[in-house]
Amino acid sequence: MPFAHRHLLGLEGLSRDELTFLLDTARSFTEISERDIKKVPTLRGKTVVSLFYEASTRTRASFEIAAKRMSADFVSLTSSTSSATKGETLLDTARNLAAMRPDAIILRHAAAGAPHFLAARLECPIINAGDGAHEHPTQALLDLLTIRERKRRLDGLTIAIVGDILHSRVARSNIFALNTLGASLRLIGPPTLLPPELRAWGETTTSLDEGVRDADVIMMLRIQLERQGKNFFPTVDEYSRYFCLTQRAVAHAKPDVMILHPGPMNRGVEIASDVADGPYSVIMDQVTNGIAVRMAVLYLLANRPKLEAESDTESAAVQDQVPAPAPRLRRRAG
Amino acid sequence: MSETIIRGGTVVDPANGIHGRHDVVVRDGVIAALLRADADDGGAAESIDASGCLVVPGLIDIHVHLREPGYEYKETVESGTRAAVAGGFTSVACMANTNPVNDSAAVTDYIRERAAAAALARVFPIGAVSKGLKGEELAEIGEMQRAGIVAVSDDGMPIMNGGLMRRALEYTSMFGLPVIVHEEERTIAGEGVMNEGTLSLRLGLKGVHAAAEEAMIARDIALLERTGGRLHIAHLSTAGSVDLVRAAKQRGLAVSAEASPHHFSLTEDAVDGYNTNAKMNPPLRTACDVEAVRRGLHDGTIEVIATDHAPHHRDEKEVEFDVAANGIVGLETALPLALRLTEECGIPLATIVAAMTVNPARILRLPHGTLSAGAAADITVIDPARRWTVEAARFKSKSRNTPFEGMQMQGQAVLTMVGGRIVWRADAVGGA
Repeated sequence: MPFAHRHLLGLEGLSRDELTFLLDTARSFTEISERDIKKVPTLRGKTVVSLFYEASTRTRASFEIAAKRMSADFVSLTSSTSSATKGETLLDTARNLAAMRPDAIILRHAAAGAPHFLAARLECPIINAGDGAHEHPTQALLDLLTIRERKRRLDGLTIAIVGDILHSRVARSNIFALNTLGASLRLIGPPTLLPPELRAWGETTTSLDEGVRDADVIMMLRIQLERQGKNFFPTVDEYSRYFCLTQRAVAHAKPDVMILHPGPMNRGVEIASDVADGPYSVIMDQVTNGIAVRMAVLYLLANRPKLEAESDTESAAVQDQVPAPAPRLRRRAG
Repeated sequence: MSETIIRGGTVVDPANGIHGRHDVVVRDGVIAALLRADADDGGAAESIDASGCLVVPGLIDIHVHLREPGYEYKETVESGTRAAVAGGFTSVACMANTNPVNDSAAVTDYIRERAAAAALARVFPIGAVSKGLKGEELAEIGEMQRAGIVAVSDDGMPIMNGGLMRRALEYTSMFGLPVIVHEEERTIAGEGVMNEGTLSLRLGLKGVHAAAEEAMIARDIALLERTGGRLHIAHLSTAGSVDLVRAAKQRGLAVSAEASPHHFSLTEDAVDGYNTNAKMNPPLRTACDVEAVRRGLHDGTIEVIATDHAPHHRDEKEVEFDVAANGIVGLETALPLALRLTEECGIPLATIVAAMTVNPARILRLPHGTLSAGAAADITVIDPARRWTVEAARFKSKSRNTPFEGMQMQGQAVLTMVGGRIVWRADAVGGA
């Protein structure tokens, strides 16, 4: 199997082949959402738990719809409905959920590394749905899928990422994957959100016009209104004067530029409404593709024992190279 | 009259400029004499075979957290001093961030009583600079000194109030007590949980900028220059900090500094994978900083090695990185990490031993850290060739929070003597 990981914690460290395989798998799932009857039995009898310690509309709904379109049972917990309100630790909560034998746990948490922490301690596949300022792998995958659908490739593209890169998990996941896939990156924002170490990941600039010049893709990031008053910039108004993506700024990019935004948008702050709703915007395509990406990820991780069993019978030679699955997994596969 | 002779070892006693083969004669709890190796001593005494070993003054660690009173689930004076002697330390100075805080003579008395009851390493309490470590009003430093404190420190908490810091330096000069400072400009450090740099960016963790430490050191050196107090800077971690201290010393200021074994042994890379046992404050820094700290130890800018032994319960580390407690245990791993510097960067053995004996003794004005005739017989016998693997489960400390788990070490204290009494003996050490 070209994706031999138990968990999806981030896109950093995944190879070009693995990323391509994830995108190809997602691509194959896009069609299901176009059907009249949007349901396949692929994950029938599987249980997926989502555990969200931070607010989310899009990601949580997207995972739930993805799971349900594949006939998985889906249990959704948020920090306000979990025992976190009673002071239970993350690990204890997750251990208890894991003891109920779900086939995947989807975690969103404010602490970077929270899914890694669980993955090191639990057998159950962990899917990172956003950990602090670290990674948000499924968001980046849906961004990549959206770009690839339109541009037919990712390598060689010039991609401008604009905004609060310092605090953005969406930016990190995209940066890791795009660098692996051979895109060339421009990172744009005020110096306070653009630490010098970022230069290892791409060209940095504080000028929006320069940064988007001849870009194939512009990825806008949400500016957290909470950053106001922390001196990353004086006011949202002043921020938008320099970094709001307007038609005028878009004119510097390539004529067939694509504009992405992970949502939720602050209209008029980081992106002008006419740009967000304009012809270059693929923001709604991103949301649609999110379902396919999450179906693919759930398919590969929640179904892992079955997929492993299949590849075992396919090729004895491969079996020798793949580490033996844990006994519990093997039993369930049979 | 009881007499013991430690025979056949290589004595390293930087206080007296001694480095060579000697037998050490201990009589009634004090050092009686150093004899040339194999000299005739009459043969009456009990003898300890130290051949192949280093015989050094009992090691002194001026920066430990014994957690008692208040946090006995992490460590007690008894368990902490047991860890100390197992690591070769005969004296430790313990920080004031207990509960209640050691900001009164009553707490100082209590700690000393606990230490006397444990009867392992000597314990020298450090009093708080400010009441409750709040950084607002001076604690009763004079009362605590009468009860036996050897320094003041709000360690764990930086003294953000520069006016208070000035008064602390001035006031303590009346008692000759050093002010030991944890240098961290909190408004720069923000909510940082590791070194700020490429790795923090990659891991999505908030960083502590090196300037947070350097800005506070610069402030305190400026204050020191005008006050005449004594400033001791705890756990230096950045190259810039080393430069600031070096320059201050060149101007003849009464500043001293310490480095922790983790800051000269590990880089921030230990944090990768969100390893909470590599989370500490100040954080592990870059290879460049580690190199600078080592150079500082080599050239005497940093004259003390101190562990910042900071025990925490497993539950306080087995959590998300952001909320994990800061600090690691250090008493049982410090010695081999320090000895490693002799090979890895050519620091003379005598310099390393001085940084763990006579230098810390001088800063706290303790009558220890020497093998001079008449001194208390605090002695550590080290087998420098002994190889062992760190297994936290076998620590004498109550806590297990170490980033060195599983690491191969070379060199170990095989016998620790406090006041002529053997308080630690590793397995399979020759005796007669």
